[in-house]
Amino acid sequence: MDTANTSEEPVLIIEHLYKSFGSNHVLVDFSLELAKGESVVVLGKSGSGKSVLIKCIIGLLEPDEGKIVMFGKNIPDIKNEELDMMRAKVGFLFQSNALYDSMTVRANLEFPLRRHWIKISQADVNTMVMEALKDVGLSHTVDMMPVELSGGMRKRIALARTLILKPDIILYDEPTTGLDPITAKGIIELMVQIQKKYNTTSLIISHDMECVRMAGNRVVMLIDGRCYANDTFERLQQYTDDKVKEFFE
Amino acid sequence: MPLPAPIRSFLSEAGALARFTGRFFTQAFRPRYEFAEFTRQCYLVGYNSLPLVGLTAFIMGLVLTLQLRPSMVDYGVESELPAIVGISIVREIGPVITALIFAGKIGSSIGAELGSMKVTEQIDAMEVSGTNPFKYLVVTRVFAATLMLPVLVILGDGISLYGSYLGVNIRSTTSFNLFWSQVVNNLAFGDVLPAIVKSYFFGFAIGIIGCYKGYNSSKGTEGVGRSANSAVVVASVMVFVIDLLAVQVTDLLGLN
Repeated sequence: MDTANTSEEPVLIIEHLYKSFGSNHVLVDFSLELAKGESVVVLGKSGSGKSVLIKCIIGLLEPDEGKIVMFGKNIPDIKNEELDMMRAKVGFLFQSNALYDSMTVRANLEFPLRRHWIKISQADVNTMVMEALKDVGLSHTVDMMPVELSGGMRKRIALARTLILKPDIILYDEPTTGLDPITAKGIIELMVQIQKKYNTTSLIISHDMECVRMAGNRVVMLIDGRCYANDTFERLQQYTDDKVKEFFE
Repeated sequence: MPLPAPIRSFLSEAGALARFTGRFFTQAFRPRYEFAEFTRQCYLVGYNSLPLVGLTAFIMGLVLTLQLRPSMVDYGVESELPAIVGISIVREIGPVITALIFAGKIGSSIGAELGSMKVTEQIDAMEVSGTNPFKYLVVTRVFAATLMLPVLVILGDGISLYGSYLGVNIRSTTSFNLFWSQVVNNLAFGDVLPAIVKSYFFGFAIGIIGCYKGYNSSKGTEGVGRSANSAVVVASVMVFVIDLLAVQVTDLLGLN
């Protein structure tokens, strides 16, 4: 992907991040900067700490040390109320989709709107729900339950729920995991299309090389808890380092 | 000498449950209040449990009457049957049986629902959506269980007494007015109030244990099943423990 409208202004800065679970040191001095409009993929093996990193960014996990500065504020330092306000500007696509089983697609999409924008009218809610569903091509599923949808459709609905607040940054946690290659390609194309349409900044966690190739302006390799390499997909393919080469073989 | 592992595990679990309960009290009375979800939970927890509670209460009243009757006839006190059944149901059997049915239905359902939400990251999704999942999921369910169980107990007692009335009329003929006046005239304030008060504690225990087990579920779908199961077991045991404590308290207060 080479068409993103990027600028120099960083919207996310991660500095010297450490996170351990007991004696398991998952993130060790990890640093990363993300400019507005950029799409960065964090590539790493399963269990390398990619999901831990993204959960630290959104405030679901607290890092042991280090800074995560988003929109000028250090996430670990801010209060819950402020964090909730900041989360309205950040979309998060969960690996498992995390759709609410007991709610219809409409209620799933309305949920973040109602929580963040308390005074929004029902007419506006309906318009935004239908717009988000149209973006992912699933307008007809509005009154269906998540259990009635296929894996690919659920991923699209989860993406619609992520988009509904028009976030400035979208964090994708393994967006293609568990999907067949054709559906996965469709999801990646949708992610690229959404980024172009809304000029969002994207941080994508993945070990799917097709996703890395298609969706990222830049690739950060997370190996041994550190930022091992940081380059474009094409340049990384030329690296002679064994740990980097391993991913492209 | 270190404590044996089962005792350590029990103490650790009890400590975690106490912390969870403490968190409930610190969050329950601070805004934002989730009234819509609380109302929905009252409907799910209370109204949806009524058919099951009603059926078991009816059978309980009928069977209790039929089983007591021969002994009462032998002692020549058959006429006291409505009074004995009324006191037994209102004071002890109604609240405890209703609480056990409630623990089985609602405790397991809360444990499984929250457990499933936990392992599928729905609780995390809620947090990311600017919602305090503890308030939205736990506080509403615990309040709903606490407030709905006494209502179910009162309704269950009424249905149970009607079952008893039909039981009395299988072998003899008693008018409803006579049956009812015998029940009411033999019930004292000290029979009704402690039964209602302990129902609130039963409801709270069932709600908080169901939520605790579900909210702390792990290890995928296997963990969800385990959460639902242990929610029922622990809540049922707690019903009896609270009942035992309630007897001691009412005794101290001179209400027995």
